[in-house]
Amino acid sequence: MSTPLIDAPHAAADTEARGRLRVVAKRPLARDIVAVTLARPDGTRLPNWAPGAHIDIELPDGRRRQYSLCGDRWDAHTYRIAVQREPDGRGGSRYIHDELAEGDLVGFGGPRNNFRLAPAAAYLFVAGGIGITPILPMIAQAELLGVPWRLLYLVRSRDRVVDLGLEAGDPRVTIHCADEVGRADLDAWAPADPGVRVWACGPERLLAAVEAWNPPPGGHRARIERFTARGDDGRPSTAFEVVAARSGVTTRVRADESIVQALGRAGVGIITSCAQGVCGTCETDVVAGEPDHRDALLDDAERAAGRLMFPCVSRCRGERLVLDV
Amino acid sequence: MSLTAASVPTTDIDLFDEEYLRDPLPFQHELRELGPVVYLERYDVHAMARFDEVHRALTDWQSLQSAAGVGLADFIREKPWRPPSLLLEADPPRHDAPRHVAESILSPRRLRARQPDWESAAAALVDEVLARGPVFDAVTDLAQVFPLRVFPDAVGLGADGRENLLPYGDFAFNAFGPRNRLVTDAAPHMGPVTEWIGEQCRRENLAAGGFGQQIWEAADRGDITPEQAPLIVRSLLTAGVDTTVTGIAAVIHAVATHPDQWDVLRADRSLLARAFEEAVRLESPVQAFFRTTTVDTEIADGVVLPPRRKVVLLLGAANRDPRRWHDPDRFDLTRDPSGHVAFGMGLHQCVGQHVARLESTVVLDALLDRVDAIELAGAPVRHLNNTLRGWDHMPVRVTPRA
Repeated sequence: MSTPLIDAPHAAADTEARGRLRVVAKRPLARDIVAVTLARPDGTRLPNWAPGAHIDIELPDGRRRQYSLCGDRWDAHTYRIAVQREPDGRGGSRYIHDELAEGDLVGFGGPRNNFRLAPAAAYLFVAGGIGITPILPMIAQAELLGVPWRLLYLVRSRDRVVDLGLEAGDPRVTIHCADEVGRADLDAWAPADPGVRVWACGPERLLAAVEAWNPPPGGHRARIERFTARGDDGRPSTAFEVVAARSGVTTRVRADESIVQALGRAGVGIITSCAQGVCGTCETDVVAGEPDHRDALLDDAERAAGRLMFPCVSRCRGERLVLDV
Repeated sequence: MSLTAASVPTTDIDLFDEEYLRDPLPFQHELRELGPVVYLERYDVHAMARFDEVHRALTDWQSLQSAAGVGLADFIREKPWRPPSLLLEADPPRHDAPRHVAESILSPRRLRARQPDWESAAAALVDEVLARGPVFDAVTDLAQVFPLRVFPDAVGLGADGRENLLPYGDFAFNAFGPRNRLVTDAAPHMGPVTEWIGEQCRRENLAAGGFGQQIWEAADRGDITPEQAPLIVRSLLTAGVDTTVTGIAAVIHAVATHPDQWDVLRADRSLLARAFEEAVRLESPVQAFFRTTTVDTEIADGVVLPPRRKVVLLLGAANRDPRRWHDPDRFDLTRDPSGHVAFGMGLHQCVGQHVARLESTVVLDALLDRVDAIELAGAPVRHLNNTLRGWDHMPVRVTPRA
C-alpha cells in the first residue's frame, strides 16, 4: 500500500502541542525549591496520572529530567512539579530555577508511575527533602479516603519545608530538621502493625534505612522511589528513519511527528487508540535499532530489553529503527 | 434542571425498547441529527450520540463519574443488584489499584504467552465446524464456542459450571438498563448462577498460572487487598465472555457481508488487526454506558448540567457519526479505525480489549486459512440485550479451500 488511509486521526499539526507544555506559573515554595505549573498550549486535557507518577521535562539541549507530579489530578488541565536547586546536579534544576519563565514552552514526556500507592489500613509516609513531592498527592488521597496516615518529613533546615496544605502543628506530621536535632532515629519509626504500610522517597541513605525495615508478620515491605533509578537520561526528539519490515516501506520520522504518523503517511497503518502510550493497543515488535521509550506501560526491564515498543509516542535512540509491521 | 434546557431537543426515543434494540441504527441516526445533546423524556436523562461529545465525556472522569453506576440506576439512590465492580463502577482513587492490576495481567505482552495455544484452539474449532459441512451457525457453532474454550482456561476456572458464564454476562449487561422484560424474565433464575460465579472467584477454585490466580498474587504483593481480589476476578467473568462472543460474531458478520473486503484480507493478512477494529467500530458490542455528573458540567457547547444528573453515552452511535467517519456504515479496510470508542476511551477503557483482539483475530485467521469464500446463508437473528448488540444466530455458508 502507498496511499494514506481515510479517517486517520491525530493530524500531524497537533503533535507540537502534544509534546510541549507551557509554564503557566512559577513560584518559590521553600528555600531552593520552586513549584512550576504546566498546561497544554491549546488548553486541552493532560494525560491521566495517579500519586507516585512523574513526568519527563526536556531541557533546551534535549536531555530529559524526571519530576514527580505533586498537584491535584482532579484538575485535568495542569500539572504541578516542584524542583530543588541541585548545585552539584547535571544542570536540569539550574535551568528550571534560573532560566525557565512563565510563558515558556518545555518538552515533556509521560507520565509514568513506578511508585503507585496501594490500598492499606493506614500509611506511614517518609519524605527526605525534595522527596516530599510524590508524597503530597498521596497525603491528599489518604485524606480523601479517610485512611489514617502519618508523615515523617526529614529536612536539613526548617526553611526547606514546603507547605503541606495542612494546619500548622498537625499532629500527624513530624518534621525533623537536621540542623536543630541532628540525625533521626529512623528505625524507631518502623511500623509494628502489619496494617501500616510505608511509602518513602528521598536521598539514598534514608531509603536504604527504610528498605532494611523487616515488615511485621502479615505486613509488606516499604515501597520506595529513588530519584536516580528512573530509567534513562533522556534524549531529544530528533528525526530518524523507520523501516516497516513486513510492508517493505522505509520512511523518515520528523522530529515533530510520531512513528505512527510517519508510517501512516507512507500508507502503513498501525492501529492506535489512546495515542498517548497508555492503552497498549499499538504494541509493536522491534526488529532492529534501539527504541527511545516514552510510554507509560513498560517496566524498566522491558524498556532495557528493547524488544517491543509503542510507536504512538516512543521514538528511536539512533538513526534507524526496524519494526515488525 | 439544566441551565440551557430550552435549547436541548427532547425525544421520546426509548433506548431499551425492543424495537430499538432490534435495530438501533435509524434511531441513532435521529438522535445524532437532533443535536449534540438530546433529552430522553422516557428516562429523564440526557444522551450524547455524536463522536466528539461522547469522546469528551468518556475522558472526563473528573466531571462524569462511574461510581454512581454506569447503567440507568443511580447507586446513590438505588441499591445495585450486586456489590459494585471495582473497575467499571469505581472512580479514582479507589479505581487506581484494581485497574493497574487487571491492566498488567491482561496486557498484550502477557497475552503473547497464550497466543500459540489460542491459535491451535481456533484451528481445531474451525476444522471441527467445517467437518460438519459448509453451512453452519457462526454464533452458536463458533462465536459462542471459542471464548468458552479458551477464556475460562486462561482465567483458571474448573471444568464444571462453565455454562453459567454466558447467562451471567447477559444478565449483568441487561442490568445496566431499566427493569424491562429482559431483566425480569431472567432475574428469578440468577440466584444459583450468581452463587456459582462468586464461588469461582475464590482463590482455592482458581488454577495456578491463570489470570484469577495472578490477581490473588497481586494481593499477596500488597498491590490490592485480599478483599478486592475476588471482585476483580468477578469482573473478568462478567465482562470477558459475552462481549468477546459478540466481537467474534461482528468480525464474521462484517466479512460475510463484504466479500470484496474478505478478498482484500485474504491477500494481506497484515490487515487482520484492522479488520477487527473496523468490525467492532461498526457493531459496537457495548452500545452505551452511563455516567453521572459530579459538578456543573458542560456536556456540549453551551449545555451545562448540574451535579448528580445521569447522562448516557451512545458508543455505537458515535462510531457511526458521519462527522467523524467517512461513509461510516461501510466496513472498509482502507480506513484507519484508530480512536473508535467501542472499547470506551480514557481511564475506564475496556481492560480486556487485548483479550478480545486476540480471540477474534485468531478465529478470523483460522477461517482465512481454511475458507475461500464466506457469505450469509440466511437472515441473522439478533440477540436482545439492554447494553450488548449481538446475535442469537447467524447462518453462514463457506467455500472450503480446495
